[in-house]
Amino acid sequence: MEMPTPNPDILGRKAQIVEKLGQILPRDAVISDPAETRAYECDALTAYRCPPLAAVLPATTQEVAAVLKLCHAEGVPVVPRGAGTSLAGGAMPTADAIILGVARMNEVLETDYDNRFIRVQTGRTNLSVSGAVEEQDFFYAPDPSSQLACAIAGNIAMNSGGAHCLKYGVTTNNLMGVTMVMMDGEVVEIGGAHLDAGGLDLLGVICGSEGQLGVVTEATLRILRKPEGARPVLMGFDSNEVAGQCVSDIIKSGILPVAIEFMDRPCIRATEAFAGAGYPDCEALLIVEVEGSDQEIDAQLGRIVGIAKTHNPVELRESASADESARIWLGRKSAFGAMGQINDYMCLDGTIPVSQLPHVLRRIGEMSKEYGLDVGNVFHAGDGNMHPLILFDANKPGDLEKCEAFGADILRLCVEVGGCLTGEHGVGIEKRDLMVDQYDPADLDIQMAIKDVFDPKWLLNAAKVFPLAVSDARRMASQ
Amino acid sequence: MRPKSEAELAALVASAAGPVRICGGGTRAIGASVDGQLLSVEGLNGVTLYEPGALTIVAQAGTPVAEIDAVLAAEGQRLAFEPMDHCGLLGTDGRSTIGGVVAANVSGPRRIQVGACRDSLLGVRFVDGAGRVLKNGGRVMKNVTGYDLVKLMAGSWGTLGVLTEVSLKVQAIPEAVGCVLLRRLEDRAAVAAMSAALGSPYDVSGAAHAPVGVDGSPVTMIRIEGLESSVTYRSEKLKALLAATGAEISVERSAESVAAGWQWVRDVALMQADGGDVWKVSVKPSDAPDLVAQIQRAHPESKVLYDWGGGLIWVQCPEGSDLRGFDFNGHATLVRASQDTRKRVTTFQPEPKPLAEISKGLRDKFDPRGILNAGLMG
Repeated sequence: MEMPTPNPDILGRKAQIVEKLGQILPRDAVISDPAETRAYECDALTAYRCPPLAAVLPATTQEVAAVLKLCHAEGVPVVPRGAGTSLAGGAMPTADAIILGVARMNEVLETDYDNRFIRVQTGRTNLSVSGAVEEQDFFYAPDPSSQLACAIAGNIAMNSGGAHCLKYGVTTNNLMGVTMVMMDGEVVEIGGAHLDAGGLDLLGVICGSEGQLGVVTEATLRILRKPEGARPVLMGFDSNEVAGQCVSDIIKSGILPVAIEFMDRPCIRATEAFAGAGYPDCEALLIVEVEGSDQEIDAQLGRIVGIAKTHNPVELRESASADESARIWLGRKSAFGAMGQINDYMCLDGTIPVSQLPHVLRRIGEMSKEYGLDVGNVFHAGDGNMHPLILFDANKPGDLEKCEAFGADILRLCVEVGGCLTGEHGVGIEKRDLMVDQYDPADLDIQMAIKDVFDPKWLLNAAKVFPLAVSDARRMASQ
Repeated sequence: MRPKSEAELAALVASAAGPVRICGGGTRAIGASVDGQLLSVEGLNGVTLYEPGALTIVAQAGTPVAEIDAVLAAEGQRLAFEPMDHCGLLGTDGRSTIGGVVAANVSGPRRIQVGACRDSLLGVRFVDGAGRVLKNGGRVMKNVTGYDLVKLMAGSWGTLGVLTEVSLKVQAIPEAVGCVLLRRLEDRAAVAAMSAALGSPYDVSGAAHAPVGVDGSPVTMIRIEGLESSVTYRSEKLKALLAATGAEISVERSAESVAAGWQWVRDVALMQADGGDVWKVSVKPSDAPDLVAQIQRAHPESKVLYDWGGGLIWVQCPEGSDLRGFDFNGHATLVRASQDTRKRVTTFQPEPKPLAEISKGLRDKFDPRGILNAGLMG
């Protein structure tokens, strides 16, 4: 993966820069020993690594502001980092950059059940936001599968989704306000406990900007009361087309499940071998979950099962208990682990119009044969967010490159059928060079013009999102 | 200027010699009147794509909302965010267009359950101030490919670009609806009741309070939508939950009556007949009764309507009053006023300096000549 050449002037000034950081932060908040900076050399996209110049772990918004002000004055690039779980390389540094980690900022600042929001520091993990309101039976809706580890800071940067966003939306739909530090150290407040902050929707553009516009240190998040209950139904079909048609019919029927998950045969077989959830051996499997009281769930599942039956399912299993629900979800939740057991894998998240599911799955199958690499599909079918898992052998020369080329072809296919490159993981470095397949030069230019406004010197996470050749002039101008 | 295509519109903007005043259906005339040559988007008309099974519709910006409603209704679907019709409140005529709805980020009572217009918006095409045709987002439910200009364009009132096409997420029309009505609660108790309902597991899709309802007495309305059996179950549960308020509680189950009641809220019918200024104030719901008390002490003749569980307050007050002088956190938008007042009082809540600078920076990038609805947002 091509990254900009580190600025030799900054590399040469490492000692002075570290010393200045040490003057504004507690001693243990500045990490510069090469043995320790290695911990920050990559995120969950582990194929690419580069230790940063140094890493800092501020504990307050004021400390973040002091770090950014210093880096701005010194012209040092900064790469913000939440928990480092990005699958797209969003938190990967360059050798001349400071990693700014928010992990020490994990406090709950305010919980308000009457007005249904929580205000947290953004180093807090996604799951522990829900944990903080669980005693009152509330929860925070976006639930990326890394929710045990991932931080709200990263969720905001990538506009993370999850399995339940069909009903509850993604991060941007649940974010009410932020405290953000600009690259020059200025602290701004946007939105808050009230809805729809006046003026231009800056909150909307900050969410999903991949840490390129500012460092969000505090967030006001919408919390919701938990439903009375939730139960899934599992259905198996003997073709992807039929399963796809069933998804579309359920959606059209007027019932809005909280989740519709899809697995294809390679994935079903892998998870069966791994977790033994008792899934049928069929071409395609759907897990549809609905919420409500017991009777409401029965009524909704009754309708859904009725629709499924018109498509001749090979298996139809309604959960009647918490135990059965857990067994239905077991395979789906262990799918990534199961695929990882077989080989290394690359996970994509291109999104397509639901109507294109059968066509796209067929083409992925054909391409899998052409490339000679196996692929399993497990994804959020209700919203068309695919997750092809391409298997490859990282130790076999050329396999990673082949896998990346295959992945790029799948993403181009997603764009071609009216979809997009990434539904919830973000562009990062991984899909940077494919942006030209989705957007015309002018479309990219106006996005970069937004960064010009927030970060005129292009110091924040600058080598991400846009193809290097496209952002080159802007990044160079700042040096 | 009344272009018939996006390309024609782009050429007109590129060659515009001076300011341009953008107009959809002309139903949302708010703010100080903008100078410039009229640019009507009504010629860009029609639904370009509709996939009921994917819950998505794509339409040209000048398509009347009524037409979109009809197309969706034929498949048992609707726009989830329930945009209001401003004609009654502002005394305008004409047909509201989907581009106008998006440009103003117009969201009705269901805002509290499904989000604002911007939350249903999946993609946009627009022409910027230099006449460039640009696009962002698409027609899929989840999309984090690059920056989210879709949200930015919603509610930008044409100051960043002229919308030419929008794609929206839609929802199925539920088979049943019900409304729990609580009578004669004072404001504070009503907001507390709405909070309790919204904090319940019963998936409330509307919560409004009129201190002076249609019959002259206070009424609090809590809406539930879904399967027939669900609406019955949830309305009974809500009745039990809210019994502690001491209010007289009934449940309205006639779909027509419920629809009429919520249209009354959505279109702010209470404030349509008489004169005076109309403000829309967004606050933390529990702060709302205090602010209303402050306003009514200063202007005893003012009228109010609470929507969004108290988070949105509509206020009708004497001409020329500036609500921003009261002590509250949130923001106030001047929706209806005389031209004279509008020249004196800004339409939108002034932003803190750093945000105002960012907004200006963005407008300068999108519209370097400052010709699109110049001055409307600052």
